[in-house]
Amino acid sequence: MNQENQANRNPWVSGALKLYVVLAYLFIFAPILASFVFSFNSDRFPTIPLGHFSTEWYRAVAADPLVWEGLRNTLLVGVVVGVISTALGFGAAYTDYRYSFMGKQLYMALALLPPTIPVVIMGLAMLAFLSRLNLSGDALAVIIAHVVICAPFAMAVIRLRLSQMDPSLEPAAWNLGASEWATMRHVIVPFCRPAILGALFVTMAVSFDEFAIAWFVSGLNETLPVKVLGFLQGQVSPRINAIGTFVFVISMTLLILAQLLLGRTAAKDKE
Amino acid sequence: MTQAPLVSFEGVVKRFGSYTAVQKIDLDISQGEFLALMGSSGCGKTTTLRMLAGLEAPTEGVIRLSGQPINDLPSWSRDTPMVWQSLALFPFLNVVENVEFALKMRGMGKADRRRRAEQWLDRMQIAEFAGRNISQLSGGQRQRVALARSLVVEPKILLLDEPLSALDAALKVRMQSVLKNLQRETGITFVYVTHSQSEAFSMADRVVIMSRGKVEQIGTPRDIYRAPRSRFVADFLGSSNIFSGELARDAQGRPTIVTDSGDFILPGVGAPGIEGQKSSLTVLDTRMQVHADAPQDVQNSVAARMVGEEFTGATATIYFETQSGQEVRVQKTHEELAGLDLQIGQLFHLSWSPSDGHLVNE
Repeated sequence: MNQENQANRNPWVSGALKLYVVLAYLFIFAPILASFVFSFNSDRFPTIPLGHFSTEWYRAVAADPLVWEGLRNTLLVGVVVGVISTALGFGAAYTDYRYSFMGKQLYMALALLPPTIPVVIMGLAMLAFLSRLNLSGDALAVIIAHVVICAPFAMAVIRLRLSQMDPSLEPAAWNLGASEWATMRHVIVPFCRPAILGALFVTMAVSFDEFAIAWFVSGLNETLPVKVLGFLQGQVSPRINAIGTFVFVISMTLLILAQLLLGRTAAKDKE
Repeated sequence: MTQAPLVSFEGVVKRFGSYTAVQKIDLDISQGEFLALMGSSGCGKTTTLRMLAGLEAPTEGVIRLSGQPINDLPSWSRDTPMVWQSLALFPFLNVVENVEFALKMRGMGKADRRRRAEQWLDRMQIAEFAGRNISQLSGGQRQRVALARSLVVEPKILLLDEPLSALDAALKVRMQSVLKNLQRETGITFVYVTHSQSEAFSMADRVVIMSRGKVEQIGTPRDIYRAPRSRFVADFLGSSNIFSGELARDAQGRPTIVTDSGDFILPGVGAPGIEGQKSSLTVLDTRMQVHADAPQDVQNSVAARMVGEEFTGATATIYFETQSGQEVRVQKTHEELAGLDLQIGQLFHLSWSPSDGHLVNE
């Protein structure tokens, strides 16, 4: 790219392209940025000009025990969902890598299906199903529902990593005296470790953010995003901006960590 | 007393669905020999090796290791370490950890296995790289790590699947002598799969030539080179000129072969077969003489026009065409060719002694 002859480029086109990228990002991030700015604004309503810098909305949020409960639920659900869906996703990805069997395409299609189902339908179905099992309204219900939508993400991430593995690596371990279990422990898992950690972060982030399904099934054990809706319905308060900023920062951190892990291994493998 | 073979294949067949990769192989491999399995791709050589390593199960027949049938033994209980074409080094382990792997799987203590791994690194002259990552090594160094990783368990047999194919030509030759010396010093049986004639012939004590799942010939490199058993082997080696025709006797009653390029007297040794039978005469390209004028005192000669030449280092290969259109190749040193005026299109006479000829089956 750097060696490309500048004379071959139309300065107008390339300028317009840059402008387009900037505008597109602005369009995506402006609301989040606004929320971020107003969360530190002393005024009661989001108006320009801004009042003075203040952390009072954060203090107000921190003083609310219901918010703490929501955060605790969100974190608990997020961690458990991350671990379970990563384990399930790993199993599914390894099955796809190692075995060929009849109906494998169907198996893979079903495994990848959940995120393509509209969340409202998924949420309703989960509610109907889990209430039959007397689980609805429980944190466990949110965990089950979130595992269903998160496991395919974990599988996709780990499957990509397995596809980069030298197909001789596993038989080479057997050949050196490692049983199938020992090979799993000493070769497959270490090889996939960056992807497994990445999947863990991605699934946690998805669960952390997810609102619709959690709203259907959480009952009294509301997660933070559900709590935010509760605030919105009651009153327009800048506390929402404070919580929103907080959730956004956590999710982004998780995703950036995942991206760093996966990107670094890809670069290392290329050496 | 003859020693029992270390490995024996008894009527081993391998089918993948309707495709037969290996058809009925009978093969004994003795303790301490360097055996090369050679053939073009798809000939079944790699499948044969993988069956020995337990990565494929034979469809029929028995494979024995030290007399014991091993058909049902899983790979990890076999002690048949292999050096892979891709090397298959573990990228998440450093050099010494890679070498330790097999010992760790056998439950050897940390200090012991580290010491033994370091001995092998030392022996392979890569001790200084012990703490490096695999990605920081050159191709030749990785090769040595792969060898050390397989040999660290001090097995009776080492399997090698085209291990040198990724190296450049000069390094290949150097690694060949490393491998040969290693095999001689350790006395470990090497089974070496390759499609390269030069690798097989320069290292192996015995060569097995395979084609379409069958063994075509087993013998020392010298025997196979001098006396290919079939036309396929002669063609595959590519170092002989092949004249096809019918067996006959000439006026003096000597066995001859009648070909499109002329009648040639056959070597006296060996049963020439039945008259009228179709057969082929092979003559090594290095054993043919080139004359500017028709030679008087030779028994076999043919007139041929020069069509091309090719220089490969100390020798030159000259291509001729007989009147019947058959190509004949002659390989000579530059000194041997010094007196000749080699012009393309010029007519020459090529001769050989009947004892340099060799009869093969069609």
